[in-house]
Amino acid sequence: MKRFIGFIRKEFYHIFRDTRSLFILFGMPIAQVMLFGFAITNEINNVDIAVFDKSKDATTQEIINKIASSKYFSNKQFITNEAEIESVFKKGKIKAVLVFEKDFSQKLIKESVADVQIITDATDPNTANTVNNYISSILQKYGQEINKDIKTPYKIIPESRMVYNPELKSVFMFVPGVMTVILMLVSAMMTSISITREKEMGTMEILLVSPIKPFQVIIGKVFPYIFLSIINAVVIILLSIFIFKMPIEGSLFLLGFESILFIINALSLGILISTMSSTQQTAMMISLMGLMLPVILLSGFIFPIASMPMPLQIISHIIPAKWFIIILKAIMLKGVGLSYIWKETLIILGMTIFYIILSVKKYKIRLE
Amino acid sequence: MKTILYIIQKEFKQIFRNKGMLPIIFVLPLLQLVILSNAATFEIQNIKFSYIDNDKTSLSRELVDKFNASTYFNVLTDFSSEKEATSAMLQGDVDVILEIPQYFERDLLKDKKTSLSVIINAIDGATAGVENVYINQIVQDFNKKAQVSLFQPEDLKLLPKNIASIPSFWYNKTLNYKTFMVPGILVLLVTMITLFLSGMNIVREKEIGTLEQMNVTPIKKHQFIIGKLFPFWVIGFALLTIGLIISKVIFNTPIVGSLGLIYFYTAFYLLVILGMGLFISNFTDTQQQAMFIAWFFVVIFILMSGLFTPIESMPQWAQYLTEFNPVKYFVEVMRMVMLKGAGIAEITPLFLKTIFYALVMNALAVWSYKKTN
Repeated sequence: MKRFIGFIRKEFYHIFRDTRSLFILFGMPIAQVMLFGFAITNEINNVDIAVFDKSKDATTQEIINKIASSKYFSNKQFITNEAEIESVFKKGKIKAVLVFEKDFSQKLIKESVADVQIITDATDPNTANTVNNYISSILQKYGQEINKDIKTPYKIIPESRMVYNPELKSVFMFVPGVMTVILMLVSAMMTSISITREKEMGTMEILLVSPIKPFQVIIGKVFPYIFLSIINAVVIILLSIFIFKMPIEGSLFLLGFESILFIINALSLGILISTMSSTQQTAMMISLMGLMLPVILLSGFIFPIASMPMPLQIISHIIPAKWFIIILKAIMLKGVGLSYIWKETLIILGMTIFYIILSVKKYKIRLE
Repeated sequence: MKTILYIIQKEFKQIFRNKGMLPIIFVLPLLQLVILSNAATFEIQNIKFSYIDNDKTSLSRELVDKFNASTYFNVLTDFSSEKEATSAMLQGDVDVILEIPQYFERDLLKDKKTSLSVIINAIDGATAGVENVYINQIVQDFNKKAQVSLFQPEDLKLLPKNIASIPSFWYNKTLNYKTFMVPGILVLLVTMITLFLSGMNIVREKEIGTLEQMNVTPIKKHQFIIGKLFPFWVIGFALLTIGLIISKVIFNTPIVGSLGLIYFYTAFYLLVILGMGLFISNFTDTQQQAMFIAWFFVVIFILMSGLFTPIESMPQWAQYLTEFNPVKYFVEVMRMVMLKGAGIAEITPLFLKTIFYALVMNALAVWSYKKTN
């Protein structure tokens, strides 16, 4: 036990001696949370549109004003012929063009139907779809306004209630995601080079001839980083409460416990990578290249998992970050207790144990 | 010139000697390109839908059938009480609960008006908004049908005025998100690989101690830097080429514009990234530090590139920041040239910015590299 404590002390020294890394380690996550918390949103705001108004009458003018005055769109230019549509799209700034047909008002009065064409730049289909939906709903609202006096019979009115996030703030969606991605990647990266570094520096030999057991080496390597990561987690949670006004509906204690569990999970994944690679370069490339995009894309951080094709939904099960995001949202926004998230907790715990056992097995006690 | 060739030769040998690295450089990114491009969609499907039917009439059943028939909704369960339903929502099993009130059918026939209550899990606000739109559409459809079948002569009034909006999605009629994501993710992968490799390169020699040996040789600063960066420039092109072939063969991504233009642009783009990597390498003492810093920038570049979330939605100050994001330029160029068929004239502003960026980055890199400590 005394030996083990000595080993842990050595690890602490190693870490605290490198003040530059420490500075990077604590500074970066804060900068990223601040940046992403404010900047990442999948709502649309201030999208530039152009208008091709073949009719130029009072009604079209009114509709254009309605759209331009909404916070979603700003009307940037009027165009006068078909060919211009192509050229404004090619320049790239304008995302949608509204085309009013000829004699719009008259048609609306005489035939009681008039057409608006919404042409969207669908090279980004996700944005195009949203833009299209927003414009149609503004048009629909306008349609209801002009039909105020006509009462349609037999009407079923759905009354929707948005629960857990009534104002539909996208911060509530992205802050847990950002927190998860940063904790996962920083933690895994830290430990992924810990053992390879000793291999590359030649100090591994000394460790191997010492009476410390593989199990102890691995625990000893993870241990100091748990502290560093907890500090990171606390800072991120504080930022999300005080800067992004995330509610913590559930228990703060449970949130802390789950965060520590997730941190240990990410750290042991890093150790596993470390035992499997021979150089620091390989280890870091695996933890960076191998983890970054899968964690961002398959965790439900930005894109809803339920919409993905079946095989990807299955792959997403092995991403620990996915489960942690579910847990975070459940505690912070739904305010549930452990009885609702024990499954997710067990999965993360199981993965952690699996990584540690595999690392101990993969840990070679002989040099090659 | 000969010296540079020798350094290049040495670098290539070092890269290809490390058998563990080759699959990471070539297989891992391309595998991710194939798999992850499928993940990035906001198209909402398979919504976890449940209902509470307090009316249990033919009309209420008909309404539920409507949801059943829609491809958007995945009708999971029917709960007998609101309590059960909310508990399932807390558990995360359902995201939408439709509650049909008692006397739903009777009220509709008698009062010609009735309401439904819908509860939507709105943690993901954007998804919740779309779900709400879908629900409204289905109910409105149902309304129209009900109006037709229940219509009575005395209800006949003026026809409502109707503004018909006709959507038309250019360059990507079927809204296939993969044509957008595949080139975008390819850009990310090429950037990550080249930045990480170049960022680690010189600092690795520093850490192992071989940089000193290089410094005492008569190799000039510029020879050394060109020799160091050239191999990664080649690797970047190789990745791009394989990636483009994959996107054509597997995803059938259209390539409307000129491939030559894409390569021409990439030549300068890679210089930005490599210069940046070298700059990081010069400023750090260990590979760990270099990687952390490279990681820091890559995450920012990825999330603020406009690939996953639109740049226009960001606050103004963040939009200004994205001007410093080379990945944003590359994503935009790929999108414009490959999907819209833009030519050199349209991408000139982006091109000039990239060249300027490359000049600045490489000047910084050369300036910060010192042969003596």
